[in-house]
Amino acid sequence: MIEQTSLLGWIVLLPLMASLINGIGGAIPWKSFPRIPGMVAGVLASLAVFGGFCLAVTLYFRLTGHEAVAVGFEQTAFPWIQVGDFNIPMRFRFDPLSGLLCLVVTGVGFLIHVYSVGYMSHDENPQRYFTYLNLFTASMLILILGASLPILFIGWEGVGLCSYLLIGFWFEDIEKAQAGMKAFVVNRVGDLGFLLGMFLLFRHFHTLDFIELREAMSSHSVETTFGIFTAITLLLFIGATGKSAQIPLFVWLPDAMAGPTPVSALIHAATMVTAGVYMCCRLGFLYSLAPMTSTVIAVIALATAFVSATIAIVQNDIKKVLAYSTVSQLGYMFLAVGVGAYTVAIFHLVTHAFFKALMFLGSGSVIHACDGEQDMRKMGGLKEYMPITFWTFVAGTLAISGVPIFSGFFSKDEILWQSFSSPLGGLPLYIVGLATAGMTATYMGRLVVMTFLGKNRSSKHVRDHLHESPPVMTVPLIVLAVLATFGGFLGVPHIMGGHNYLEHLLHGVVPESLGHGSAGMEWALMAVSVLTAGTCLYLSKILFLDKTQEKDSPLNRFLYNSYYLNELYDAAIVRPLGAVAVFLWKVIDVVAIDGAVLFTATISRASGRALRVIHTGKLEHYLAFLMLGMLVLLAILVAQVV
Amino acid sequence: MQIIFGEHILSWLVFSPLLFALLLFCLPRGMDEAARWLALGGSLLVFALSLAIFGAFEKGNAGYQFMVQKEWLPLIGVRYSMGIDGISLFLVLLTTFLVPVIVLSAWHAVEEDAKKYLAFMLALEGTILGAFLALDLFLFYVFWEAMLIPMFFLIGIWGSKDRIYAAQKFLLYTFAGSVPMLVAIIYLVLQTKLQLGGYSAALADVLMLKLPGDGILSPQGLIFLAFTLAFAIKVPLFPFHTWLPDAHVQAPTGGSVILAGVLLKLGGYGLMRFAMPISTGVLPLVAPWMMGISAIAIVYGAFVALAQDDIKKLVAYSSVSHMGYVILGLFALNQIGITGSLYQMLNHGVSTGALFLLVGVLYERKHTRAIDAYSGLAKTLPLFSIILLIVTFSSIALPGTNGFIGEFLILQGAFLASPFWTAMAGTGVIFGAVYMLWLCQRILFGKPDPQKSEGLTDINWREFYYLAPLVLLVFFMGLYPKYFFDRMEPSLLQFTKKITVSMKDSGKGGLYANAQHD
Repeated sequence: MIEQTSLLGWIVLLPLMASLINGIGGAIPWKSFPRIPGMVAGVLASLAVFGGFCLAVTLYFRLTGHEAVAVGFEQTAFPWIQVGDFNIPMRFRFDPLSGLLCLVVTGVGFLIHVYSVGYMSHDENPQRYFTYLNLFTASMLILILGASLPILFIGWEGVGLCSYLLIGFWFEDIEKAQAGMKAFVVNRVGDLGFLLGMFLLFRHFHTLDFIELREAMSSHSVETTFGIFTAITLLLFIGATGKSAQIPLFVWLPDAMAGPTPVSALIHAATMVTAGVYMCCRLGFLYSLAPMTSTVIAVIALATAFVSATIAIVQNDIKKVLAYSTVSQLGYMFLAVGVGAYTVAIFHLVTHAFFKALMFLGSGSVIHACDGEQDMRKMGGLKEYMPITFWTFVAGTLAISGVPIFSGFFSKDEILWQSFSSPLGGLPLYIVGLATAGMTATYMGRLVVMTFLGKNRSSKHVRDHLHESPPVMTVPLIVLAVLATFGGFLGVPHIMGGHNYLEHLLHGVVPESLGHGSAGMEWALMAVSVLTAGTCLYLSKILFLDKTQEKDSPLNRFLYNSYYLNELYDAAIVRPLGAVAVFLWKVIDVVAIDGAVLFTATISRASGRALRVIHTGKLEHYLAFLMLGMLVLLAILVAQVV
Repeated sequence: MQIIFGEHILSWLVFSPLLFALLLFCLPRGMDEAARWLALGGSLLVFALSLAIFGAFEKGNAGYQFMVQKEWLPLIGVRYSMGIDGISLFLVLLTTFLVPVIVLSAWHAVEEDAKKYLAFMLALEGTILGAFLALDLFLFYVFWEAMLIPMFFLIGIWGSKDRIYAAQKFLLYTFAGSVPMLVAIIYLVLQTKLQLGGYSAALADVLMLKLPGDGILSPQGLIFLAFTLAFAIKVPLFPFHTWLPDAHVQAPTGGSVILAGVLLKLGGYGLMRFAMPISTGVLPLVAPWMMGISAIAIVYGAFVALAQDDIKKLVAYSSVSHMGYVILGLFALNQIGITGSLYQMLNHGVSTGALFLLVGVLYERKHTRAIDAYSGLAKTLPLFSIILLIVTFSSIALPGTNGFIGEFLILQGAFLASPFWTAMAGTGVIFGAVYMLWLCQRILFGKPDPQKSEGLTDINWREFYYLAPLVLLVFFMGLYPKYFFDRMEPSLLQFTKKITVSMKDSGKGGLYANAQHD
């Protein structure tokens, strides 16, 4: 049973309204009206998201608390597009999957809003910032709550818009504006795939509503050759590679770090970039019918995870390390999708939201203290100056590295286990996955060592001002650190005696994980990965403590420059297309087409010489003829009508 | 309303702008200020009249409403007949809505001979409305050609440096395109004599004709080609578009707004009203070709827009791309695509109209349209920049804005007919974002150059008043299209049935019929 409720719309509407108020009343510099002060805008924005969080909690407990009568809540806000049988109402649906993510988005989102109040307090237009941030939250909630693909797509594009606006928030720096545009355009490439996937779905099933699609799929069996399901899922996955930064479209995410750091935490780590994973899980019933697509996803995901981890190891910009780490972790999530373990993908999505938001905010705290410096070679020893930032950051690092008890341990280990034991997985996937896990621990260890440990390498000016951030920033860090530490208990595996809350929660919403194997094997693999993580963390301390002089090898340069992918795309796609544009304009349009037109005109002029008597060559005369004719006609008309 | 206007309410709608134009002409020299108020009042009155018609418009009715019919030239079967239906309703409203906006935008932009400028603008409005409402082929043709005259003068007198060239090119190009249409109309009228026993140029009579439609060289095929040439030039469909960039670049702001906002729509409208219903037999044959051409137009227009360094030219080529969507959706020959096309025409009127107005705002201050003459406007002109960004995202069809509804329906409809051409046209989704965002980046972002920002002031209240309704429409049309669809649907359904039923008769509609029902 799905229960109708009017509460659902408010979850979206609250941040949307706050965005409108802050936008019109604060961000726009009206000459005749006073503006909402920046602090008020920040508080309003945070409260709106907190209101959404409270509503989400209420609904979530009504859904999961007692012996649930309803499997979900639904609200049709208003009819949107309706043309013949193409009917898409503005409908939201709150089921365990969207409910869980709603909690993450509003919960983590609220913490980041609060943090932003402190972080943006020195900016000249925080009102504009909070306008965008609220708009983003609303869009993300539409994405999650949308009951059909087009509604999801509204959110999908909405978050893209906000990402564009926030990456380029400090637009006076043209490079930042460029990074925003790059993000939008690269995402648009994916969007085309998404759109075509939707069109194909509708062509065959006449609906785009998730529940109706699911019913339509239930009678179909798994597709073993390339067919309609493979085509649809691949097209939609192209969309996911854009939004969730997978090969070949991940190039925009590292550049996206140009935005304010809380934005990187919220949009480019915790929520938006996981939208592709969410979409695949939401359509798990469809993806599970197309094993060929699953294989493609697993391979691309693993390649992305591995490649970006290798890049992260050599970066010196603290945010770049975290950015490539995000790409890598998203690869893990897609690996889970690719081996048919949708629950596990969501599990890692949630824990990642905790620890990565934590670390981005932590890096923001560091950057804030270091007067905007992002180069880790100019940091070091910050542990002494900012203990809260340090210890919370360590919690995040242990979580992402997969140290037992910490949240990432449970989710990442589950992914590795599934990639080994699922019929869609296998030993090669597991080995690459494990290697990536090792690299993850290494680059994170390196980050912590270079930033917080050893001797301080800041300039004297910066060192004199080093300070712990104010409570408005550290309290969100502490809350997130608790979540990053204990969040893994959402999905304690059965072999450890846990009952895996998440699996229970999402039962029937996403397909069940395919992996099976002996408990002994699972324990053994777990031991291997814990050992790997521990060794790599330890190694990173030996390797990188107070050693900032990296050797300048070709391999190093190759990795540092992200495999020269940006240069490759520039040379192979951007420049040729630009040349084509100029060619089409200057040659085809001006010379060929317009030339032909003018040539025709010349010929007719020549042949018209015979008629020179009335061809006076003066346009006024032609027009006079025209006018005269019109007048005669009008006169007749008037005569007839009157 | 019946009491006040009798059966002639549509006549009032068409002729009152012409009347105001005449009044304006007759104003003595030097009374430009009075002329402005008169033009504003007049155009608002016409808008109010159209709103009254809109209010009285019957929702569920697929046929023509407020019909008026009088004998005119009985000798050759020409009747003065007009009517409005779900297809023309919003195009008419778009026209009457844009004219007051244009009058306001020209308040200070046009100093020289303002009264004549405004007179031509209102005359243009009257002829455009006539063309949208005419239900007699000959009457339509008269308005269609009459339209050229005021437009010619608007470009030729108030345009930029090469205005004479642009005006001539516009006139001759469109005029040349209409000659075959005139021949086709004459042929059709002659056929009515043969088949129905008396000359008639009434659309209803022409639609009853039985004409051979096997192949492109059959009468139906040739009629389709003749009409479509005229309409394709107007749209303008690649490769008949080269008059447009010149006309836009040279035209004054108001001229560009009405040209892009409404005039181009007559091409799409003409296809729906005349070319397609008259030659339904050849539609299955020509549809794939038309879809292919429009897919190319979409991508081509976007590419060429990318290469421009003049803002107006960029917007002009973007029109080529956007109007390509309109044709693509029409020739998907299903309800989804066709609804999307009609909606896209309105969207384009709103969004591109707004874009030209914004260019006009800049031009009024700096007298240049070169992209590199501007930088960092987001800092110096914040309100202007916000509006430009909103319109930009409407133009690149972000969900929540009007552009998305049209583009989404068109592509979905087209996909049912031809996945290949849709995929090709779909790349316009990417390139459209590229050229618009790149434009924004170049003029809005970066550090404001003190030299370039000299004399630039943010939009004033007058400008705000005419831009704000457009911005509101962007969102309203994007969020609640049902308001429009409810009124369009019956007529569009009837239209779709008409053009697809005969396809099934001819046995060539299989592809489309299946696509809709499998």
